[in-house]
Parts: sequence; structure tokens; C-alpha cells
Amino acid sequence: MNLKELVLENSDEIVSRWVEKQGNHSLQDYSSTISDDMIKQMNHEFADIIISSLKEGGANLENLDDFAEKVVNLGWPFGYITEGLQIFRTESIKFVLDQQGTENKEDFIYVMDGINEWIDPLKTRLMNQYSANWNNIISLQKLALEELSAPLIPVMDEITVMPLVGTIDTDRAKLIMENLLSGVVKNRTDVVLIDITGVPVVDTMVAHHIIQAAEAVRLLGATCILVGIRPEIAQTIVNLGIDLSQFPTKSSLKKGFETALELTDKQIITSENKREDVEEILDSIGKE
Amino acid sequence: MKETVSSVAIKKEWDIVGARQAGRQLSQELGFGSVDQARIATAISELARNIYLYAKEGEITFEELYDLPKVGLKIVAKDKGPGINDLSAVMQDGYSTSGGLGAGLPGVKRLMDEFDLVSDGEGTKVTTIKWARL
Repeated sequence: MNLKELVLENSDEIVSRWVEKQGNHSLQDYSSTISDDMIKQMNHEFADIIISSLKEGGANLENLDDFAEKVVNLGWPFGYITEGLQIFRTESIKFVLDQQGTENKEDFIYVMDGINEWIDPLKTRLMNQYSANWNNIISLQKLALEELSAPLIPVMDEITVMPLVGTIDTDRAKLIMENLLSGVVKNRTDVVLIDITGVPVVDTMVAHHIIQAAEAVRLLGATCILVGIRPEIAQTIVNLGIDLSQFPTKSSLKKGFETALELTDKQIITSENKREDVEEILDSIGKE
Repeated sequence: MKETVSSVAIKKEWDIVGARQAGRQLSQELGFGSVDQARIATAISELARNIYLYAKEGEITFEELYDLPKVGLKIVAKDKGPGINDLSAVMQDGYSTSGGLGAGLPGVKRLMDEFDLVSDGEGTKVTTIKWARL
């Protein structure tokens, strides 16, 4: 009997053996967070894919890709796929050899080759797809990170705020500098407030980039105020011996904004019209 | 004296973030205050960046020190890079071969309590300790 037919005819038997072995073998570390039903369902789907690919004499690529994507989305380990296929390979070979009842070396190699020919393309495709999915996720996140990297917010004529959040690496530092300078020119800014409340660590490199940015802003004729310096950051900056005296610094965005208003000859005036109205009414009542 | 050791490999720029998060976590567990946590994270950042910039590859090792009643965190930054030519120059403020601020190593020395620097043609090893004031 043809090897393929033999496996196909007994696919139920092989799959049930496979399911038994596969169980939650490669998911042991995760099993507490994954329900048994979920594992059963995925195993079932996995088995379907393997068997159907044998039936059709080639893998149904769409199904394979979908399955790989599913595993990635569930956050399951790579080992689930590789071990799953490995166990399937072993079980199929064992089963076929049992059926044929042969201990002949040639037969063994023939069976192994046949099964490998069938499993290996599946494995390659699934692995490629799995890693491609991961890479896709990573590059999307990188893009998302870049998008929220360094926004420049004009809050008033001549005053602009740039809040920095998160770790500043070389790439982001470049982006910050570019956004800052083009924004200053575009918005005709006189004062830029750089807010570092959300920067977890200010080391010499971060400080160096901030100093360079401030210097470049100064060359464009605007003033840079560094705000949002937390007490512990202030202490580490002093410990590191970084000189930030070339430009004004403030503890909070509020204080920085007040300074910016002073620098641009602006003032906040609280409107008191309403109160005056009330007082007038009270006065007129008093007169009567 | 009981010791626990863990380490973070530095190969990419983002490993610097990983190293300092590991260090911050450890220092938090050891009971360091928030200012000391920031100091430790900054020191790790400097050391890891030096590895990344000059040696490309290296390792940061953390060791919890229990010398009761004192508790401390020992940080060892080791690489197999080209080494430092002039040891006394790098400990001076404002000395940099990469156009930086030149505050890295002297800064780390001031941020931490103990500091030791060994460097030759086969690499550089910086050992530094911060003790928690409990």
C-alpha cells in the first residue's frame, strides 16, 4: 500500500495519538492562562491542517498562514508549532512502521523520507509565517512609537510646547531635533518649552541631545526652556556634572509657561466683568 | 553574606533600556529610595552606553550584596573592546573621544559609592557599588 494512503486511511488513529502526546506539552509554562478548550480547539485545527495538506498533495497556504497568525495573536510560543510537527512526524513514522511490521533498514529510511517530504515544507512555511507575523508586529509598534515620539504643540502665538515621553535613543533624538527646528520655523515660535516629565532617565547622552537641541533653537533666534525636571533627575544631573546653565530650566510646565509669557511680553488677565456686574446690581439695590 | 547574580547582555542600543530597567527593578526590591534608584538607573545607562559605543558588545552584571545591616547593589560592566588608552584622562570631566559631554565615567563615580576601573588591550571592566541607607 502506498505510504500516503496508509497514513490518510489511518489519520484518525494517528491524530488521536498525536493529540494525546501533544496535549499541553509545549504550553506547560502557559497552561495556567490558557483554557483546555482553547488548546483542544487549536490542536484540532492544527491536525486538520496537517492532514488536509497531505490529502491535497500540498499545503493550503492560506490556511497555514491563518493558523500561524492565530498562534502569534494568542501569544503562544514558537515551540508549540515546532514540537507539534515533530511529534506528528514521530507518531506517523512509528505508526507506519508498526503497520508494516518491518525492521528492515531500507524500509525505515523509505518511510522516514516519505513522511519528511510531507512535513518539512509545512514546517518551513509555518516557521516563516510565524516569524514574519512577529516582525510585522514589531515594525508596527516601532512605527506607532515614532508617531507619538515628538509632537510639537503650538499653545499660543510665539509659544510652543514639546512634551517628551519615554526613552530617548539616537533615532528619537534625531527626530526630536528635526521636529523641533522645523516646528520653530513653521510656527514662528519665540519660546519653546521642552517638557521632560515623561523621560525616565536623563543620562549624559540625553542631556547632550537636549543641550544640542537648545543650542540649535537659540541659533534660530528662539529661546528654549527645559521644564518638568523632577527632583531626583535634578540630583542625578548635578551628580553627573552636566552644565545646563546656558538656558533656563523650570520644575514644572506651569512655571515654564509663566516665564515664556514674560519673555514674549504677554500676561494672563483674569476677566472680572461678571463680578463687576454683580457688584453693580448689589450697589443699585443698596441705593434704593 | 548572601549573593544573587543576574546579568544583561548589551548588543543593541535598546539593550541599554533593558539593563537599566533590570537595575531599577533590583534597586527597588532592595529598598533603595527613589533618588538612589534614579542614580543607579543613570549609572547603568552610562556604563551600558559606553559598552555599546566603544566595545559594541558586553555585559552588565548585577549582584545583590547583603553585608547586614548594609544592603547594596554591585554593578559590573564588562566588555572585550579595545580598552581605554588613558585611564586618568577618562576620569576627568569633559574628556570625550566621541563628541559627547565627557561626563560619563566621572559621573558614574559620583553617582555611586564605590568605583573601580580596570582596562587593558583585552577589554574594560567597571565595578561599582551603591549601598542603601536603611
